[in-house]
Amino acid sequence: MFEGLSDRLDRSFKILKGHGSITEINVAESVKEIRKALIEADVSYKIAKDFTSRVKAKALGSDVLNAIKPGELMVKIVHDELAELMGGEQVGINTKGDPAVILIAGLQGSGKTTFSAKLANYLKSKKGQQVMLVAGDVYRPAAINQLKVLGEQIGAEVYTEEDSKNPVQIAKNAVKRAKEYGKNIVIVDTAGRLAVDEEMMTEISNIKKAINPQEILFVVDSMTGQDAVNTAKAFNDLLNFDGVVLTKLDGDTRGGAALTIRSVVEKPIKFVGIGEKMDALDLFHPSRMADRILGMGDIVSLVEKAQEQFDEEEARKLQKKIAKNQFNFNDFMKQIQQIKKMGNVKDLMGMIPGMSKAIKDVDIDDDAFKGIEAIIQSMTPEERENPKLLNGSRRKRIANGAGSNIQEVNRLIKQFAETSKMMKMMTGGGGRKMANMMNAMKRR
Amino acid sequence: MGLFSVFSKKKQKEDLEKGIDKTKQSVFAKLSKAVAGKSKVDDEVLDNLEEALVTSDVGVHTTLKIIDRIEARVAKDKYLGIQELNTMLKEEIVDLLEENNSGDGADFDIPENKKPYVIMVVGVNGVGKTTTIGKLAYNFKNVGKSVVLGAADTFRAAAVDQLTIWAERVGVPIVSQGMNADPASVAYDTLRSAIAKNTDVVIIDTAGRLHNKINLMNELSKISRVMQKLIPDAPHEILLVLDASTGQNAIEQAKQFIAATEVNALALTKLDGTAKGGVVIGVSDQFKIPVKYIGVGEKMEHLQIFDRKEFVNSLFD
Repeated sequence: MFEGLSDRLDRSFKILKGHGSITEINVAESVKEIRKALIEADVSYKIAKDFTSRVKAKALGSDVLNAIKPGELMVKIVHDELAELMGGEQVGINTKGDPAVILIAGLQGSGKTTFSAKLANYLKSKKGQQVMLVAGDVYRPAAINQLKVLGEQIGAEVYTEEDSKNPVQIAKNAVKRAKEYGKNIVIVDTAGRLAVDEEMMTEISNIKKAINPQEILFVVDSMTGQDAVNTAKAFNDLLNFDGVVLTKLDGDTRGGAALTIRSVVEKPIKFVGIGEKMDALDLFHPSRMADRILGMGDIVSLVEKAQEQFDEEEARKLQKKIAKNQFNFNDFMKQIQQIKKMGNVKDLMGMIPGMSKAIKDVDIDDDAFKGIEAIIQSMTPEERENPKLLNGSRRKRIANGAGSNIQEVNRLIKQFAETSKMMKMMTGGGGRKMANMMNAMKRR
Repeated sequence: MGLFSVFSKKKQKEDLEKGIDKTKQSVFAKLSKAVAGKSKVDDEVLDNLEEALVTSDVGVHTTLKIIDRIEARVAKDKYLGIQELNTMLKEEIVDLLEENNSGDGADFDIPENKKPYVIMVVGVNGVGKTTTIGKLAYNFKNVGKSVVLGAADTFRAAAVDQLTIWAERVGVPIVSQGMNADPASVAYDTLRSAIAKNTDVVIIDTAGRLHNKINLMNELSKISRVMQKLIPDAPHEILLVLDASTGQNAIEQAKQFIAATEVNALALTKLDGTAKGGVVIGVSDQFKIPVKYIGVGEKMEHLQIFDRKEFVNSLFD
């Protein structure tokens, strides 16, 4: 019932595909579908409306009307428009200052404290900066402690005033201390606050006045719904923040809020949070986000996910084995384990362009590999080492042991033979080409 | 329960109304604009109604469902005025919200034959699980129940500290094994302690987890299984906490958490902001799970038993 945006768009484009060219009527029809899809992806109602009317205007341009494949052209129009809306260029943060002060603001539970520590870690390890974290959330129980623990994890100093209930003063003192200690970046974490809480909004406004930050970042949960409009606007009206941080993007939300916020406040999205670990922080890639929202596949993330799980040492060993024709069932098993580590098979496949639609209604079992594993585990160590041993009677025994049948066993052995052949081909000079291709995609 | 309970009911209602005030204003403002100067429900009114519902995060699917029902009734009843539309809309939405089996308005009652009554609290990161637990403990204690908390969020930095502070604030015991301990083992210990001390209510905190992370979801099933070694039908209540500001992803969250554990109650937090929490209507309807509690502020007393009629009334009155 919860359909992805890509499915919706595909359907609306299908409406177009039936026609030789785009007429006003079928454009209107597909535009309606696009709007529905955007709203289901949590794009604000009004922004979805504006967006689709722009798409409609473009689609009705004469060049489109005479196009040979109007459906494909429509995809391009939607994608380009979306990418433009997400902001063309990647924008970094301003770290010039003595020290540069970065103020973090947002609602409760958006992920400010985790982000503050991730940002400190990023600036420290990737940019070689001297960072000080400031625990400015004096309200939530153990918030100060949370930042202290994270600071310890990443080896960054955390400024706290355990007995103070005055975040304005704490922030002021912290900046002074940072100057004395020669820190060049101060990151001020603050308490979560609702945009309608006047007292708390005044407080953060006062913090801003007191420390005059170089950079104010608004942290927002990527799963946010229609309220993103109100909240982003209220925070921006008050703080005139410099950028947005989108957290929890490792979930499966379509992230329509990104579009909403981007167009309401016209401020760049600078970072995205993609996991609970301290290095799970990424720069924002507008085009990737547009692709994700459109369900055009996130092949770059897939490659990155694969690299995360990729053990270079293991890979080198494997390559040698393949070259020597020694690839066996133990290696095959290891490969399966590695794929399983990457996560849900259906999610992974959804990242491949075009696949998300194909597998939408297919119920892929999380234990897709279970049968294969059972068969391999029913082999003797010798058989796993040397697949050539597998004659008819051995195969029959394995089938019985795995609770399977001989056809399944035969199929697996055949698949295995094909896989090892293919792998041999790929390592013969092809591996380098693959690596180049991956790098090219990452740079996009 | 006499004068005091009447007073506290009134106070509760005020909190809820204050919390939902913004919600009420915007939805109602849009609706009255939609029906202004009209004596009949026409297409334009329905379009405006659609906008009002969609911008409250009710979602396209549920909105269309509500509108379909209203259209059907309009077709049958022929003439309809604004007042009737209002009443009808309320009725339809109340209908979609699942009735709370333990009975609307029950003041933190627990079934008699289930002692200790075990509640496991689950949800994605940052929805307000720990805060909700603190408030729950306060409310159960207030009606004379003994409570023990289990600090099974052993992952997020200082989560155990956070729950410990809540336990001290409310004045209830807490069982913890510190950070990075096995959450199932913490839950087991908490139950054992509750059985030994004849405690009424056990509330188990769990780490926030995104619903698409299979290993983390499996961990939840494991915590349940381990608790069942001591109490075969535990946890009696699996409370999924949803953030009112979450959009349509809440439906996917509910789906995955239900698949991993037997979620049988919902809590909707942060209703004191501008977020409408409309997605909960779709969640409750689709998965037939009642909303049991709502969070309307950061203080201990800012947790209420969800009353669907009152909730919908507060939206439209």
